[in-house]
Amino acid sequence: MTGQTPLLAVEKVETFYGNIRALNGVDVSVNQGEIVALIGANGAGKSTLMMTICGAPHARAGRITFDGTDITAMPTHEIARLRIAQSPEGRRIFPRMSVRENLQMGASLDNMQYFDQDVEKVFALFPRLKERIDQRGGTLSGGEQQMLSIGRALMARPKLLLLDEPSLGLAPLIVKQIFDAIRELNRTEGLTVFLVEQNAFGALKLAHRGYVMVNGAVTMSGSGRDLLANPEVRAAYLEGGRH
Amino acid sequence: MQYFIQQLINGLTLGSIYGLIAIGYTMVYGIIGMINFAHGDIFMIGAFTALIVFLILSAIFYSVPVVVALLIMMVVAMIMTSLYNWTIEKVAYRPLRGSFRLAPLITAIGMSIALSNFVQVTQGPRNKPIPPLVTDVYNVYGISISLKQIVIAVVTIVLLTLFWYLVNKTSLGRAQRACEQDRKMAALLGVDVDRTISITFIMGASLAAVAGTLFLMYYGVVAFSDGFVPGVKAFTAAVLGGIGSIPGAVLGGLLIGLIESLWSAYFSIDYKDVAAFSILAIVLIFLPSGLLGRPEVEKV
Repeated sequence: MTGQTPLLAVEKVETFYGNIRALNGVDVSVNQGEIVALIGANGAGKSTLMMTICGAPHARAGRITFDGTDITAMPTHEIARLRIAQSPEGRRIFPRMSVRENLQMGASLDNMQYFDQDVEKVFALFPRLKERIDQRGGTLSGGEQQMLSIGRALMARPKLLLLDEPSLGLAPLIVKQIFDAIRELNRTEGLTVFLVEQNAFGALKLAHRGYVMVNGAVTMSGSGRDLLANPEVRAAYLEGGRH
Repeated sequence: MQYFIQQLINGLTLGSIYGLIAIGYTMVYGIIGMINFAHGDIFMIGAFTALIVFLILSAIFYSVPVVVALLIMMVVAMIMTSLYNWTIEKVAYRPLRGSFRLAPLITAIGMSIALSNFVQVTQGPRNKPIPPLVTDVYNVYGISISLKQIVIAVVTIVLLTLFWYLVNKTSLGRAQRACEQDRKMAALLGVDVDRTISITFIMGASLAAVAGTLFLMYYGVVAFSDGFVPGVKAFTAAVLGGIGSIPGAVLGGLLIGLIESLWSAYFSIDYKDVAAFSILAIVLIFLPSGLLGRPEVEKV
């Protein structure tokens, strides 16, 4: 991947909540067509990095570029319009909207032009959503909400898909289904994915490359396979059960 | 029985006006969680604008068909109040959006006083009358229904239908509801939250302007202080129906109108406000989130 400008480049980014520094000079890059995983313990700043990429909150120092555009200080909705779609921490389904409306919210960037064809793709990935189409988002189970959150992000036809803990709270079978879906989208459509995971084993197996984050800074990076084999990573994130 | 039905009709007429104003309160509350106390004065400015437009129309033209006159009054009032409300939001509320909850509330009360004093200074403190626009009264089985009341009912129904469609069936309405439920997520999906909030203020102001025009037509008089009492009543209606709920605002408005007119008819007209507010208090004891409001807790 040398010589190529990455699709997403995060350089020396610092993010604060009030006076508390959550990100401490983070460097991460994601190339076109890659799946990149970010692993780390609770509170390491993984979700903060995801939200900082989307400008909510904005980075106080450093630089974020996407597709050659500096997006560091860009308003969140304009970043979204550059086709960075996120399935955020906590899923953030609109609780008083139906599944259909939630998906429509994802498709509103194109004024619903591609809604009918894209919704079929999402249903093919997550048939459960089709059964629930008129049900209110707030009444779905956690797993269904997770599928809806990912589906809603896909409806935006993203160039870069950010997934924050796609496996959280899901049954192992569904986790596998979701990871398979991500791999499939990456292979067939060249979708670029940047995902945050607690499930380090699954994520590193899925990803081409990975980063390890500790206390708001990236401490290790490498190919998914290398990180899986790394004794430090194994000790900290993998031993004690492949979740 | 005839007397009762008569009062029912009077109450529903009054209630329609309250309902139209209440929607503005409830929508703004729904989307940014603040009570826009200046909304009653926006209603008053709508009525004043309609009055000024009427005077201009009758000065220029020898005679204008009433329907045309009313329509022009309404449209100009809608544009003016929209400008006012849009500016107020931008200048007075937006800079305070991230601050503590009381700050925008106090600012809104300040805006309310500023607006009514502005109108007092520029238009004078006296009641401003207009000649009756619509005078026909029909007698149906001993119940008199005035054409004014029919106009109010028809305009309210048409407007509410349009409005319902806008909120529930268009992408603009969907974006609005998304901002109401999760502003940050809406932004992540490409919704311009600031713009959506501005549009909400404009929509609320337009409905208040229509209510103001209807108020002027119904009572034939408006004063700078007329924003306060209908404003408080409409706010009560919004709370009674469940603040944040649009059908609730309409229902609350109709109920407040009915309570007022029935109480005045059977008990004492002096205590009609007491009756309306007492019902509010009683309902809130048993249904703290109002009649159609949703409980605070949600399944996560």
